[in-house]
This record gives sequence, C-alpha cells and structure tokens, in this order.
Amino acid sequence: MLTDTTTTPVYELTKPDKKFIGWHIFFAVTALTIGSLFGPLQALEHAGVDLYPRLDFLFVEFNGVNSYYQGLTLHGVLNALIWTTFFITGFTTLVVIRGLKRPLAMPLLNRIGFWSMVAGLVVAAIPLLGNKATVLFTFYPPMQADNLFYIGLVLVVVGSWIEGWGFMLTLWRWRKENPDTKTPFIVLAAVINVVLWQVATLGVAVEILALILPLGFGWVSGIDPQLSRTFFWFTGHPLVYFWLLPAYISWYGMLPKQAGGKLFSDSLARLAFWLFLILSTPLGFHHQFVDPGVPAGWKYVHSLLTFGVGFPSLLTLFTVVASLEYAARKRGGKGLFGWIRALPWGDGSVTAQLLAGILFIFGGIGGVANASYNVNLVLHNTAWVPGHFHLTVASAVTLSFFGICYWLVPHITGKPLWRPQLALASSWIYFAGMLIFSNAMHTVGLLGAPRRVPLGLAPYVPSEWNGHLFRVAVGGSIMWVGLMLFVVVVAVTAFQRKRLPEGEHIDVPVAESLDDPNKAPAWLDRWKPWLIAMVVLIILAYGPQLIDQIAGIESTSPGFAP
Amino acid sequence: MSTPETTHESMHVDPAERAWIRTSIVVLVVFAISVTIAGFMLGIQVPTTEQRVNPQTIQDAPPWSEPGVREIVAGEQYEVYVVAKRFFFEPNAIELPAGAEVTFYVTSTDVQHGFSIRDTNVNFMVIPGEVSKLTTTFDEPGDYPYICTEYCGLGHAVMFGSVTVTP
Repeated sequence: MLTDTTTTPVYELTKPDKKFIGWHIFFAVTALTIGSLFGPLQALEHAGVDLYPRLDFLFVEFNGVNSYYQGLTLHGVLNALIWTTFFITGFTTLVVIRGLKRPLAMPLLNRIGFWSMVAGLVVAAIPLLGNKATVLFTFYPPMQADNLFYIGLVLVVVGSWIEGWGFMLTLWRWRKENPDTKTPFIVLAAVINVVLWQVATLGVAVEILALILPLGFGWVSGIDPQLSRTFFWFTGHPLVYFWLLPAYISWYGMLPKQAGGKLFSDSLARLAFWLFLILSTPLGFHHQFVDPGVPAGWKYVHSLLTFGVGFPSLLTLFTVVASLEYAARKRGGKGLFGWIRALPWGDGSVTAQLLAGILFIFGGIGGVANASYNVNLVLHNTAWVPGHFHLTVASAVTLSFFGICYWLVPHITGKPLWRPQLALASSWIYFAGMLIFSNAMHTVGLLGAPRRVPLGLAPYVPSEWNGHLFRVAVGGSIMWVGLMLFVVVVAVTAFQRKRLPEGEHIDVPVAESLDDPNKAPAWLDRWKPWLIAMVVLIILAYGPQLIDQIAGIESTSPGFAP
Repeated sequence: MSTPETTHESMHVDPAERAWIRTSIVVLVVFAISVTIAGFMLGIQVPTTEQRVNPQTIQDAPPWSEPGVREIVAGEQYEVYVVAKRFFFEPNAIELPAGAEVTFYVTSTDVQHGFSIRDTNVNFMVIPGEVSKLTTTFDEPGDYPYICTEYCGLGHAVMFGSVTVTP
C-alpha cells in the first residue's frame, strides 16, 4: 500500500472539511488540465508543427496567430496562477487543521474566501475564452484586456486573502489555547506563506485597482507603464515563493515521514521559513534589470538581496537531503551516495517529490544566473526564462503537488489510490520530458531565441536553432503525457466506487524531528521581530524607488487592445 | 535585569550543517563579488534611467522624428535612434562600421516591446514613456538581427530588423 495506512487516525478531519479541501483540489486539477493542453501545442509549434488550425473549435475568434497567444495566455493564467493558488489554499487548509488538531476558527470565512476565488475564476474565464484578454499572464499595460479579466483576478486574490485571514485567525486562537506549546512546524510554515502572500500581493492589487482599472473604466486617459511594471514585480517574485513554500513544507515536514525517517533539524527548518518571509519581497527589481525606468544602482542592490534569499534555499537543500539520508540509512542504505538507492522509490508520492527536488537543483543554479545583474543581459526574455521556470513552478512545485495528491486525494476521499504503478510512471515520464524540454529551452535561449514567440512563424530563426526546437517539442509532448497520467490517476481515484477497507485510513504524513521542537529557541516561534524585519527591509529596498516613481508618474500611455 | 538560566535555549546545529552554512555564505559572497567586478570594473552594465518622454508626441520633434544612425566621430562613435511600434522597428535596417562605439536609444510609441541584438549584450525592455539606452561595439563584420522580445500583439513574431556591420 502506498504511503501510510493506519487504523487509528491521529486527528480526523470532519467530512465537510474534507469536502471543502476536495473542492480546492478539483478546481486546481481542472485548471491544470485545461491550461496544460496548450503546452504541447506551443512546443510543437516551435518545431514547425502547427496544430492550432486543427483545433479552431477551441478558439472563439479563430486565426492561426491569435490562437497561439490566446493559448499561451490560458496556459500561463490557468497553470501558474489558478492551479497553484487553488491547490495551495486547499493544502494549507489541510495542514492547518491537521497540524493544530483543531477545526478552523471561522469555517464560514474560509468558505466565503474560497467561493469568491471560484467566482473570480469564472469572471476571468469569460474574456479569456472569448479572446478578449489575450495579454499573457503578466498583462503588461498599456496593453488592455477586457475589464472582467482584471476584476476576476482581483476576486481570486481577495478570496485567497480571506482564506488567509481564516488561517491566521485559527493559528491565533490555537496559540491562546496552547500558550506553552510551540506552533507545529508545518503550521508555522504554512501560515508564514499565507502572510508572505498577503504582503506580496499588495503590489499587483495597487497596479490593478489604482492604475489599470481606472484606465479600463475610462476615468483617466492614460497609464504609466513603467510604474505598473514596478508594482507588478513587487508581487512577481514573492509569488514564486508562495508557490514554492508549500512544496518545501512537504519536503521538510512530510516527505521524511513518508521515507521512513525524521526531519533533520526543526530549528533550521523554521529559520529557513522566517528568512523566506523577510527576504522574498525586497528584491523584485531583479525582474527589471533591463527596464529603462529603474536606476542601475537599485537593480544592483536587489541583485545582492537576491543572493541573500539564496541562503535559506541552500539551508533547505542541506536539511532536506540530510533528512532523506537519515531515512535511507535507517532503511539499510549504505555508502557515500549509495543510500539514495535505499529510498522508497517504489512509492509514487515519494518519487514524485524526489524527482521534483532533483529538477529544482538545476532550477536553482539557473536562478543564480538570472539573479546576476549583468549576466541577465544574455538571458532576459529568451527561451532560457521559461526553461528556468518550468524547472521551478512546473517541476519543484507541480511535481511535488502531484506527489502530495497521491496521498491527499485518498486521505480526503477515503478511497485507495487507483493504480499506484501508473502514479509512479507519471512522475518518471514527466521528469524525463522536463529534462529534455528544459535543457533545450535553456540552450536555445542562450543562442538568442526569444520567449513568447510562435517561432514557427518568426522570419529570423536561424537553422542552428532547429535541433533544439525539435527537442523542445519532444520534451514538451512527453511532459504532457506524464501530466495526463497524473490527472487520470487522481480523477479515477476520486470518482471510483471502491473505498478503503472498513477501519483503514490514510493519514497525513507528519514527520517528527530529530531535535525537540520545544527546546528550539523562543525567537523561532515569535512573529513580531520577523514581521518588523520584513516591513523594514521592504521599506529600505523599495521605499525610495516607490516614492520616486510615484512622484514622477506620467500617465501618458493610452490603452491598446492586444 | 536578570533572566533565569533555566529558560536559556540555544539552537542545536549539526557540525556538518555548520560547515555547509559557512560554505553557502562564501559561495554567495563570491557570486556577489563576481557580479560587482563585471559590472563596475569591467563595465558590463545594465540600462539605467535615461529620459522620460511622451509616447504620443515623441515623433513630433528630433531626434525621434527621424530615427536612424547619427555619426558623432566617423568610424569611431555613433548614436542610433530606434522607434519600436506595432509591429516594426524604425529603422529596420542599420549599417555600422566594425569596431566603433555605438549607443542605442530606443523607445516605443504604443505598447511595451523588447529590443535584443543577437550575439551582443544589447537586450532590454522598450517601454512607452521611457528611453532605453545601452552602448556596445561590434567587433566582427556581419549581420546582427535585432528582434522584439516582449509580446506586443498579433504581429509580435515578425517584428525585427538587422544591423549590418561593415569592415
């Protein structure tokens, strides 16, 4: 049997809570399924195989070029924004309830939040599917989508805030009830991520509410595109940590248990999360290294701060690998690297996350290049960039979420995982496709191939790119097969009639730590100093530029339809 | 102020992890120093704030009313003014001598674009309301395509031009 089956659950979630979490996963996986349809179409287009004309029924306003960008917009919005946000809020609900062994403080609040996210998704889907919001997932002004697109996004973000307030309130109640106990690591980490999200999304909230919608409603005649970018990227980088930290929660706090071991260091895991909280936001200019309206000095400062956030990432690498090594040696693993073979590679949930971690090492190395101020000149807006973030959000995050789903769906449905061998195969296939795809994307990017271009139509593609673009198509298609296997396994698991045998139960894997969490220093369980540090760092890193750019606002750009 | 000894807590850090932490810090500092040397001693620089403009009126007056190459010192120093608009560059063909110092000034009259010259460090965003500026030298004669690297609409894929570098 895959993962842990016990007869006496440590803490049983209520049926309505399980159902509530299930709705999150349902919308998340549905978004991923639709969004990913376009992945292989884009990849094949690069290799000269344009399937869009055969799929014109998918697009309201058919036209060969149109559908590429519309598909790319759907791919980015549904995969990067919707799949992640819905999965993460659902997973956080589970982590908070199970970690605190306590129901949500105000379940209604969380339900209001969730259904406003769903409402936002529906509202945004109308212009997206109608080709009225083909602005890609960065929606840079003065290109303008239908107002409904932005209103939908606002509803999704506000809904996620409301759910977040529900999580914070629950933790706050629990701390009142348990004044002498340290917050369990997974809950502390999950709520840190919630707080990070609330702060990070302020940027895009200001961008949409103060700049984009006033133009959209015709209250003003123009917009300042540079200022919009600065607000967007205030959110844009911590956004990737919002995606990544739930995977880290699993790697630190769950995977060691699944592998038969313990978390190597509870204190350092907590420290890493606090550092992510304070360091994830004040470095957004590293996405704007080649923007004309940001002074080079501030770009340099943000480059250094980006190296700073590399530190908790390296801490994570050590602690996660050490925890896995501990588990493997307990299972009889030997040798300097030989222990790796002793990990439970037969378990689809564990394997998905191990492969996610391996891909993320390459993602991290590439990320250092992106962060490096002037090295970025040869990478910016090339195919390297999507090559990079497919190793992060589409591997470290998505493949880990696959692994989590392989125990989470049985846990909340009370049904056994359908065909565990297919679950295992899905991760390996996705992994193999990703290796080919991302390697080709990085390489062709270094040769100068731009991102966001239907290269099959571009007149400037030299023949030396063709071999790499062919590998993009092969890798992208293989990835899609792995992803569809995941969808099928999870869907059949959830909707099958078969249930787990009476009295059998799949518990949430929560790892104990080798060190006693209650002996950890008190400053690792105190919010105030870290929140102050976060605010101070943001003011120092962003304050002067925000004041300058806002004071110098020039709203001279009228809107343009895509 | 006195703190009872019994409440003193310290963080347990494994020796191997301590060594890893030290190594991590050293590695990150080395990266930071490398970037600093490349940027500020070798002069490999990113664009910085240049000039704010009005995208709606910018082409009413020089230099943007007549984009193209300006010779400052023959064979040695040139300025190139490029206007990006959906879906072409003005001009879309540029001729320059090898070995000269060339400064590109690029702006947009409509949406955001990108400007990237293949096999050079010239690669930046083009944002309406701003002027992007970067200096480079073409050492080898040949053709250097420049392309739009930010999605700007339906014709994005065909938005390009070419620098011809003569010996």
